[in-house]
Parts: sequence; structure tokens; C-alpha cells
Amino acid sequence: MTKGKISLVLRLLALGSTAAAIAIMVTSHETAKVLNLSFDAKYSNTSAFVYFVVAEAIAGGYSLVSLLLSCKTPILRLMMMMDVVIAMLLSSSISAAVAIGQVGKKGNSHAGWLPICGQVSKFCDQVTGTLIAGFVAAVLYLVLLLCSLHSLFALKP
Amino acid sequence: MALDNGGKPAAVHESMPISKALSSRVLLALRLVAFLATVAATVVMALNKETKTIVVATIGSTPVTATLTAKFQHTPAFVYFVIANGMASLHNLLMIVVEIWGHKFDYKGLRLAMIAVLDMMTVAVASGADGAATFMAELGKKGNSHARWNKICDKFGSFCDHGGGAIISSFVGLLLLVIITALSIGRLVKPRPAALSPV
Repeated sequence: MTKGKISLVLRLLALGSTAAAIAIMVTSHETAKVLNLSFDAKYSNTSAFVYFVVAEAIAGGYSLVSLLLSCKTPILRLMMMMDVVIAMLLSSSISAAVAIGQVGKKGNSHAGWLPICGQVSKFCDQVTGTLIAGFVAAVLYLVLLLCSLHSLFALKP
Repeated sequence: MALDNGGKPAAVHESMPISKALSSRVLLALRLVAFLATVAATVVMALNKETKTIVVATIGSTPVTATLTAKFQHTPAFVYFVIANGMASLHNLLMIVVEIWGHKFDYKGLRLAMIAVLDMMTVAVASGADGAATFMAELGKKGNSHARWNKICDKFGSFCDHGGGAIISSFVGLLLLVIITALSIGRLVKPRPAALSPV
């Protein structure tokens, strides 16, 4: 039963992590005026961040549902498939958000894209925080996959 | 009741070898197609390069030209895309080799488990690469007016087309890899003995 407890704890931590990521990302908003140009930085300006929030919301909802369901019925195989799909979703969303965030922080001189972190530094800090939370959620889900796989082993004696 | 119990396990044992051989053939075919898809994605993106000379200014009667290159190495997301798809194609190749020739090695019964774990890890890495590359490509195609980032696909059309093709091929490989992972996990579960079923 300790395997079941570890998996419950991991799901709870992942739920908290995704909730934190959504909360920080949605409340990050900053306006800056530089040389008569106003930068209005919101998470909804970039489709990658919108995808990140949606994916974290789906993962958080699934964590809640699987927390409630894991005590009731042993639908282990279906939950493992869904775990793989949700881990994939989390991994792709954090990669996309980090890729766009890297362009925002360092720019891309070859494409002529200037970094924006100099103008909206508070927005950048909050996005960094939410990306860390999203990364923790992805790692937790990968560990959860390994745990549930371990409980399904058919080890020969 | 004795007749029922005696009849059922025999029928199960007869159908199992046929479905096992069929499922391993299907798995092998899926792995082959996934290998081809990820190799295509890696190669197309790695050879993705476009050079364009544009006239910047005209001094007198001689035009001043500048040469701009679009390479995949300019964007870290595409570099990660190439590396991750390379790893995924190596994994697929290794798994095909193990399926065909590696039936003797069993590693204390852990072989199927190791295959499933490696499949899951490759799914995680490849899905990250696909997500990052898709959104970078969308940024290059549409730009971002809020951050004053111009789109580059109108100048480098063939670079964008090749990149898009590589990303689509990688998505196909990822989808097949998810199906393969599901099948590998399904092979791991111990078949329930008939004696334990509730009467």
C-alpha cells in the first residue's frame, strides 16, 4: 500500500504545482512606457503562454479527478494511459513556454527580435516563477509514471 | 462448475499465442514507421538553411546588398528539436533491433519493463521538442505585435516550409510512439489467472 500512498502524495504535489503555475501566470500583468511606445505585457499576448495555462489547467483537473478516483476503483491501466498523455501535455507546454520565454529574455539577433525583459522586468520575474512551477509539475508527473509502472511490474522470481 | 473451469483456461491458452504474435508484428511495424518519421524530421530540420541577398541601400548607381541566412542553429528550440528527434530515432532503431534479435537477453525478467520505461522517457523528450518547435514556428510565421517581433516567413518562405514539414513528421512520429507506449505497457500487465475470478 505504500506505493499507493506515494502516488497519492505525488498527485497532490502535482496538483499544487499546477495550481501555483496557473495562479502566477494569470496574475502577471505589467505596463511600461518607453519612448512613447507603451508595452503592455500580459500572458494572453503570446499563444504559447495561453497554451501553457490551458495545459496546466487540464493537468490540474486530471490530478484532482484521479486523486478522488484512486481510492474507489482500481482502473489502473486506464489511469496509466491517461498519465502518459497528461505527462506529454505538461512536457510540451513547459517546453513551448520556456522557448518563447527565452526569446523574450535574450532576444534573437538573427531574426531581429529584441528582448523585452529590460522593459517589463516584473512581468519577466513572474513568468520565470511560473515556469519553475510548471517544470516541477512536469517532473512530478514523470516520477509518477515511473512509480505506477513499478507497481505494474511482472518480475520473474 | 468443474466443466466450466476446465473449459475456459484451455480456450484462453489457444487464442493467446496467435494474438501475441500478431501484436508483436503490429508493434514492430509501428516502430518502423515511427523510426522513419523521426529520421525524416531530424534530417529535414538539420539541413534546413536558406540564404537571401537583399538590397539594403543604393549608393550612386551600385546597390549595397546584405546577405541574410536563416539556419536552424539560430533558434535553441530548433536545436533541441533536432537533438530530441535524433534521440527518438536512435531509440526506435534500438527497440527494432531488440525486437528482432534480442529475445535471448532477459535481464532477470526486466526486459519488457525497461522497454516500457525507455518508451515513456522518449515520449516525454519528443513531446517537449514538438511543443517548443511548433510555437517557435508560429512566432516566426505570425510575429508578435505586442512584443514588436516581426514575422520572418514572408522573407524566408522555403525555410518555413521545410521547418513545417519536419514538425509535421515529428508529430506523426510522436503519435505513433504514444500508441507504441500504450502497447508496451499493455504487454507488462500480468494476465489474471482464471482461479481468482469471482464466481
